[in-house]
Amino acid sequence: MRYLPLSDADRTAMLARIGVTDIDALFADIPADKLLKAPVDLPRRKGELEVERQLGRLAAKNVPASSVPFFVGAGAYKHHVPATVDHLIQRSEFLTSYTPYQPEIAQGTLQYLFEFQTQVALLTGMEVANASMYDGSTGTGEAVLMAHRITKRRKAVLSGGLHPHYAEVVRTLSHMASDSVVSAPASPLADEDLISLIDGETSCVVVQNPDVFGNIRDLRPIAAAAQAKGALLIAVFTEAVSLGLVESPGAMGADIVVGEGQSIGNALNFGGPYVGLFAAKQKYVRQMPGRLCGETVDAEGQRGFVLTLSTREQHIRRDKATSNICTNSGLCCLAFTIHMTLLGEAGLKRLARINHANAVKLADALAGVKGVSVLNKAFFNEFTLRVPGKAADVVEKLAGKGVLGGVPYSRLAPEAGLDDLILVASTEVNSDDDRAAFVAALKEVL
Amino acid sequence: MLNNQGRPTAAGEATGSAHPTFTGNRALQVEEALLFEIGRADCTGVDLDEPASFSPRLGGLERKGDIGLVGLSEPETMRHFVRLSQKNYGIDTGLFPLGSCTMKHNPRLNEKMARLPGFSDIHPLQPQSTVQGALELIDQLAHWLMVLTGTSAVAMSPKAGAHGELAGMMAIKAAIDAKGEGAIRNVVLVPESAHGTNPATAALIGFVVKPVPAQDDGTVHVEDVKALLGPDVAAIMLTNPNTCGIFEPQIVEIAKAMHDAGAYFYCDGANFNAIVGKARPGDLGIDAMHINLHKTFSTPHGGGGPGAGPVVLSDRLARFAPLPFIRRDGSHFALVETADQAGDVQAFGRVTAFHGQMGMYVRALSYMLSHGSDGMKQASEDAVLNANYIRAGLEDLMSLPFPDHPSMHEALFDDTWLKDTGISTLDFAKAMIDEGYHPMTMYFPLVVHGAMLIEPTESESRASLDLFIMTLRDLALRAKRGETERFSAAPFHAPRRRLDETRAARNPILRWTPPQPIQQAAE
Repeated sequence: MRYLPLSDADRTAMLARIGVTDIDALFADIPADKLLKAPVDLPRRKGELEVERQLGRLAAKNVPASSVPFFVGAGAYKHHVPATVDHLIQRSEFLTSYTPYQPEIAQGTLQYLFEFQTQVALLTGMEVANASMYDGSTGTGEAVLMAHRITKRRKAVLSGGLHPHYAEVVRTLSHMASDSVVSAPASPLADEDLISLIDGETSCVVVQNPDVFGNIRDLRPIAAAAQAKGALLIAVFTEAVSLGLVESPGAMGADIVVGEGQSIGNALNFGGPYVGLFAAKQKYVRQMPGRLCGETVDAEGQRGFVLTLSTREQHIRRDKATSNICTNSGLCCLAFTIHMTLLGEAGLKRLARINHANAVKLADALAGVKGVSVLNKAFFNEFTLRVPGKAADVVEKLAGKGVLGGVPYSRLAPEAGLDDLILVASTEVNSDDDRAAFVAALKEVL
Repeated sequence: MLNNQGRPTAAGEATGSAHPTFTGNRALQVEEALLFEIGRADCTGVDLDEPASFSPRLGGLERKGDIGLVGLSEPETMRHFVRLSQKNYGIDTGLFPLGSCTMKHNPRLNEKMARLPGFSDIHPLQPQSTVQGALELIDQLAHWLMVLTGTSAVAMSPKAGAHGELAGMMAIKAAIDAKGEGAIRNVVLVPESAHGTNPATAALIGFVVKPVPAQDDGTVHVEDVKALLGPDVAAIMLTNPNTCGIFEPQIVEIAKAMHDAGAYFYCDGANFNAIVGKARPGDLGIDAMHINLHKTFSTPHGGGGPGAGPVVLSDRLARFAPLPFIRRDGSHFALVETADQAGDVQAFGRVTAFHGQMGMYVRALSYMLSHGSDGMKQASEDAVLNANYIRAGLEDLMSLPFPDHPSMHEALFDDTWLKDTGISTLDFAKAMIDEGYHPMTMYFPLVVHGAMLIEPTESESRASLDLFIMTLRDLALRAKRGETERFSAAPFHAPRRRLDETRAARNPILRWTPPQPIQQAAE
């Protein structure tokens, strides 16, 4: 077997050195009747070529985003990732290293985490950021728990513009922890009255911006109302590129900011792995979940970096920890850091303008199709289309025409009764031809 | 002080070397400034054209002012991150015996497969008719996991081991609630030797954690468990093989005792790699067990993630699996994403957006197909053989806390043998760095004083193990001879000398901030 260096002669000699005659002597603690006598019922080993063929056949049954006019978003976005990013994250020393528990031989990981934390803090307009979470949705669940710890209250208010999967993650966690959640109804027009839901029991208000329907929200009145009642504003985003153009959640008064970082540096990957971004006000740092990287010096006074404030974490505090999280999303956050380094301030802002411009062009083109309307007044690179008939059927028919034209909202939240809405995203990858193909296909299927 | 090119501002600043250099560099070991010290606000390594003039529709909520980010051109970016990478130790650098973490070889075929556009460039919410191959892959991986564990269901979506624990414990809580016992059964038993994630997970969803004492032989005894059982006990969380590297001999009896008491058995599967193809956790009586694809099935650790933690479920828990899951109908695969589609499954909700770690699934299945049933059994046997070979090579010099049981995939030593040397486990670990090794896991499990947990994995050759054993023997003899400084001041040859973690925690600096102008700083 190509991955196993030992020969049978090695094995025999090593067993002799250990002082046993049979490998099963080392498995003696397994009850004899539970020790498998024969290999399990699965295929035998395969060479590289055979594995490539078998997996290649499965891959070929899927339709990659790059192969069609592609407008699917709703929490994951198709962006162009520079070739440099994927090359660098495959450097052995990044790819095959562990959590930096031995900082003297992990400065590479630690320094990029410090750079990542700085980039995230700047982007979100917050004072501190952690070394990442699994993804935006799990980060949102953790943010709610953090708000409960800070306010010593246990009721979260969720905006109707929060991605339904994110809301479901929060509700699941809260239900299990016997915390309460008030969910505002879905609000495609961003006209919900969240402020009236905030009371003296509320620990936090969770608002996504741009929201799942693509609307850009002014968080300032909600922040003020929440804070007046002693609650925190948790601002959520699923499209990190929007932060290059839209006012930062920090500047609008958020106490905790959490979001999905997939858009920068990471492929679509059918939903994972992604990278959760998590930032907060400095005064809450000791209640944050996840890894934190901090600056220090070595025995000779040279600057270096270490994981720090670990007394918050499970391996020290066990059942009193701020979270059970053990890893971050290391390699995905490296990809984010590299892509953000390549973009820089100038590149990110331009990328954001291109995204917005493409979405505006697409919205105008689609709004011209008979029977179709765009619901949003303000949006970034995603908006909501109202179509005659069932959105799910329209999207499926579009796919039949070779256009992946968005996400029916009913797929995310069938119970909302909003069966005629399609969430449509447009990024820098879309060309004029893609837009024309979408418009033509939509006219045909309606 | 470094200038904005990352270079010292005056000659001779670099110290700490017998032969100081102007740059502070040491040949291939090149110092690298922070991105924010060398980047420029107007510099970009991505060529994008400004869009044609248009009217923005941002509702007046445009960002005002500078973000504060900096950029680098492509060659500078490449050099910055390559230099950073050279300050890291990885599996490809050398033996990485980090116990409990399973740092085995990461085959590059798996990386290549995960990057096929048919897997990496598909969106989680594009129509299911356009991702049938992806759903089939997840279904295949689920099948392999169920066969290897002897279970009948698996929740695929958890994002990491600890997340799998959470999903598994949620399934247990849902099952208890369904029986109407939610108000009574709120205690979870956790051995003192457990990973910290176990009690943290249980506490996160409102369970009260009760410790199970560790016995002198490093295992959990069924009598100790029985003594704690009562109508209030919901589950036990037990790692097997356990964190001392021992297969729990009474696991079947413990499982039976839990079930007889109406409680569940959560098995922490972090060490499943020792028994793949040798024993099936389902046969042992477990009800739920997460599988770290990044340990047992070689998906890269990536400097701390991303992981993947599917959790297998027994018949008793199968119908409480979280959303989403895949339902096969002939050759068609349907993704069940919402409660109204779930049928008999009383899904307790959702633990993450979308469907889990597809990128990791592809890598893990690529590993499984490559090894096959025969290769995976051999891998487990080699991992156990290598650990016992190291143990045999060191046990006369270093102390074994639990000599009566064979080790599984990792050998646990304590620091009794360092008594009176003035050298700690930490010092010994740092001296290993100078010898070109990543240290073993230190101070875990907590039930052993000054623990040193060594897991070589199956990826090491006999020659590699021999050199490792000789190196540790040499260090051990030097420690016993009183060569204290070699240990207490180590490492000498790493990119950094020992780092001051206390200072980092006392005055946390968690991000770069621009240097204060001199006049301001003086005020």
